[in-house]
Amino acid sequence: MSYDAAIIGAGHNGLVAACYLARAGLKVVVVEKNDWIGGAAVSRELHPGFTYSNCSYVCSLFRPEIMRDLELPKYGLQVLPYEGGAVFTRDGGYLAIFRDHDANRREFARYSPRDAEAYDRYSRDIMRHCRFIRPLLMRTPPDPATFRPRDLAELAWLGRKVGEMSESQICDMIRFWTMSISDFLDEHFESPVIKAYLAVSAIIGTALGPMSPGSAYVLLHHYMGDVDGNVGAWGFARGGMGAITQALTASLRASGGEVRTGKGVEQVLVRNGRAVGLRLDGGEEIAAKRVLSNMDVKRTFLKHVDRDELPPDFTRRVERFKTRGSSGKLNIALDAAPHFPALPEGAPMLKGDLHFTDSVERMERAYDDWKAGRFSRDPFQDTMIPTMIDPTMAPPGKHFMSCFIQYAPPKIDGRDWTDADRDAFGQTVIDQIAEYSPGFKDRVLHAEIRTPRELEAEVGLTEGNIFQGELTFDQLLFNRPVPGYAQYKTPIRDLWLCGSSAHPGGGVMGAPGRNAAAEILRDTRAPTEMREAYAVV
Amino acid sequence: MKDLRHHFEAPLRTTAFHERIAAANVLNEWAPWAGYTTATVLEDAETEYTAIRNTASLYDLCPMIKYRITGSGAVDYLNRLTLRDVSRLPVDAVHYTAWCDDQGKLLDDGTLFRLGETEFLLCCQERHLPWLADSAIGFDVSIRDATDEIAGLSLQGPCTAAVLTEAGFDVSALKPFRIARYPFQGSTLTISRTGFTGDLGYELWIEPGLALPLWDRLMEAGSYCGIRTVGSTALNLARIEAGFITTNADFVPADQAVREDRVRSPYEMALDWMIDFGKGHFNGRRALLKERDTQSGEWAFVALDIEGNVAADHAILYDGRDREIGQVTSAAWSPVTKSSIALAHMRRPYDTKAKGGIWAEIYALRELHYVKLMMKAEIVARPFFAPPRRRATPPGRF
Repeated sequence: MSYDAAIIGAGHNGLVAACYLARAGLKVVVVEKNDWIGGAAVSRELHPGFTYSNCSYVCSLFRPEIMRDLELPKYGLQVLPYEGGAVFTRDGGYLAIFRDHDANRREFARYSPRDAEAYDRYSRDIMRHCRFIRPLLMRTPPDPATFRPRDLAELAWLGRKVGEMSESQICDMIRFWTMSISDFLDEHFESPVIKAYLAVSAIIGTALGPMSPGSAYVLLHHYMGDVDGNVGAWGFARGGMGAITQALTASLRASGGEVRTGKGVEQVLVRNGRAVGLRLDGGEEIAAKRVLSNMDVKRTFLKHVDRDELPPDFTRRVERFKTRGSSGKLNIALDAAPHFPALPEGAPMLKGDLHFTDSVERMERAYDDWKAGRFSRDPFQDTMIPTMIDPTMAPPGKHFMSCFIQYAPPKIDGRDWTDADRDAFGQTVIDQIAEYSPGFKDRVLHAEIRTPRELEAEVGLTEGNIFQGELTFDQLLFNRPVPGYAQYKTPIRDLWLCGSSAHPGGGVMGAPGRNAAAEILRDTRAPTEMREAYAVV
Repeated sequence: MKDLRHHFEAPLRTTAFHERIAAANVLNEWAPWAGYTTATVLEDAETEYTAIRNTASLYDLCPMIKYRITGSGAVDYLNRLTLRDVSRLPVDAVHYTAWCDDQGKLLDDGTLFRLGETEFLLCCQERHLPWLADSAIGFDVSIRDATDEIAGLSLQGPCTAAVLTEAGFDVSALKPFRIARYPFQGSTLTISRTGFTGDLGYELWIEPGLALPLWDRLMEAGSYCGIRTVGSTALNLARIEAGFITTNADFVPADQAVREDRVRSPYEMALDWMIDFGKGHFNGRRALLKERDTQSGEWAFVALDIEGNVAADHAILYDGRDREIGQVTSAAWSPVTKSSIALAHMRRPYDTKAKGGIWAEIYALRELHYVKLMMKAEIVARPFFAPPRRRATPPGRF
């Protein structure tokens, strides 16, 4: 039996691509090495009664056009917006984030009246950058080295967009793409706590510190999503992030696609320079007219494709593609809601992101540990208690806590992580939370601790890099992942990339999968129902 | 609220006059304004509007942003910040002014009160502390948000001078844009002959603790003529008739505009009369000089008289029937002029050369369906309504 397309990996991008291809009438199979579906958008029950968002934990970037094209709401996807957020300070206080504009202003004013009134201008600047970048997400990047009409037209379109901007806006944009988030925030704010809260989005998932040039762009990457049109807002997928891949799977099956779990791909079969199928672990072969890899570019080409099939320059660039892991994760089952004495009773801050790092300086020091090959002794956390909003993920009165942790290097002192390293890493995180929440440790029923080692072994992310490659400007647009191969095609005919190593990069966005499917369908001239990106009005 | 951390429990604060306004707001219609809850309509918008034009009205001004600017460099600083020449503003006087960013684009307009040689109050719609602070570098000046320290009340209408006299505050000698002070319950009541209605009127400034006694005194003094508390709906109608602009209704401040083409210069908002190029350097001067010399402004701000009797809110404007040339920002059926009036952005040069005539595309929602109207419009002078009583000194009894 032969398929029109075999997709490696049942992560969100693999499933998105599969859904579009199946809807266009192609015979599609998705192959997943794990016994479960989801990749890094997964919900698993590791402690009875508790559902974890084991890897990715919040939703904003997933493109609403894709949700609508693939009818994901019909298959159960619901996104619940945050209701608050807070950063705790070492002196026993906190800075909260509120949805209400005036409440947020008054909260900022507790730290700096000037900063309170500077926030609107900051938001405007970010929004201006978003308006430029967002339309690029759902387009195949032009290749500036070719003279193909399509690339020229796309470059011209980009040029026109730049031309619509004023000179000062162009300067600001180029500065923003290249500067550090610390420098950017210093231009707007004076309060260390406010800057600490805002800086987090610029370093999540990135092996950069807040003072590293290029980190400001990463903030933008986290800002250009939306929850129901509310740009920059984040929310929880009801039932955990696995709800996204579950809905995608249901959508895929409804259009006749298959998903096979429990057996990974050993090798992409290549004949005469063309991909012709897959050999699975154990030897079974699947014939397919084309193969899409949702694995990152390194794993795809360095582990599952014969090297002699590849041009050496390509391979060298793939080897050098930066996938430095920087983060870990704790998923914790709690017997009761944690108590944070700093917060006023009944405050909405727990219904959003919680941070325990109250200055940009401290984040940079945490990054210093990463550079030295250690996990951060004083890490920063992006911690959530989704069960404060989502009633489905824990028994009543009990809670699931998701802690995203930075920094955790891919190797410890140049060697592999050990179980003892992992447990010490987990303990550091729990100790940090307990400093702000007395009795916290007694409420922990179970904790899943994940370092880059676990992320690579289980999800397949090389070096544990959650974006399948860093979002630094040298690895974006027509340079992602490799110059000349940014249009989802690879040196091997009929082998395509559809994961976050490709444009526009990481996060649970779905755009790489959708764009890859668009390229394939353009090639096959299959009739397709794929809406254009919503206009940024 | 003692513990500042609990501010989120009441995201909208109440003003110093809230107790009285809440009692009068039988419709319970409120809207947020700069973090405060304020009445839109209390009983009936038309009746409230009529009080502004017929007798006397009270409107709560507390949420208006007020910056207190003091110091030996205050005059120089404000000359640097704003468009007009502040050295020509006498003590105990007020002028209407505006300020721009370095590109000569409007950040806000407002009223500047000179309370002493080196003491000013800047009242405006939006918040500007970072801009005010950055502009103050090199000046001996201190800037503080004083919004919560002063309760402001607008008393507007033809009978307001008489009401104030009845209340024990003789304002007969107080000229437009001047300030006077009166003792009130051991404190000082500051009265300026200013307002947002284009009618005879005054604004009263008092420490918040005395807000309610002042309110009661005025209501009692004005009972003879039927003084009324009015909401923002009535006030907005009066201000359009007076031809006044509102920030974020008639233009988007340059520091808030996400879309770069939305920003406007003083030339483009017909505020260029304020610009005093002779006073020395001020923020945006170079850009404004260039705009003046090259006539590079792309927009004009115009007052329109529109056919028919349907308010042209947010209508798109056309030259003839197909070329888009502008956008109405504020519009109303004006009871006092008996015409459909509007304030609008119009792309130059159509403000002088709309060959096919100016047309407004109006959508009138009538029983769930839009009735689409194309109405002829004509550029007219602002203000639409300017009764002599607004300037008369001494003011008339009504």
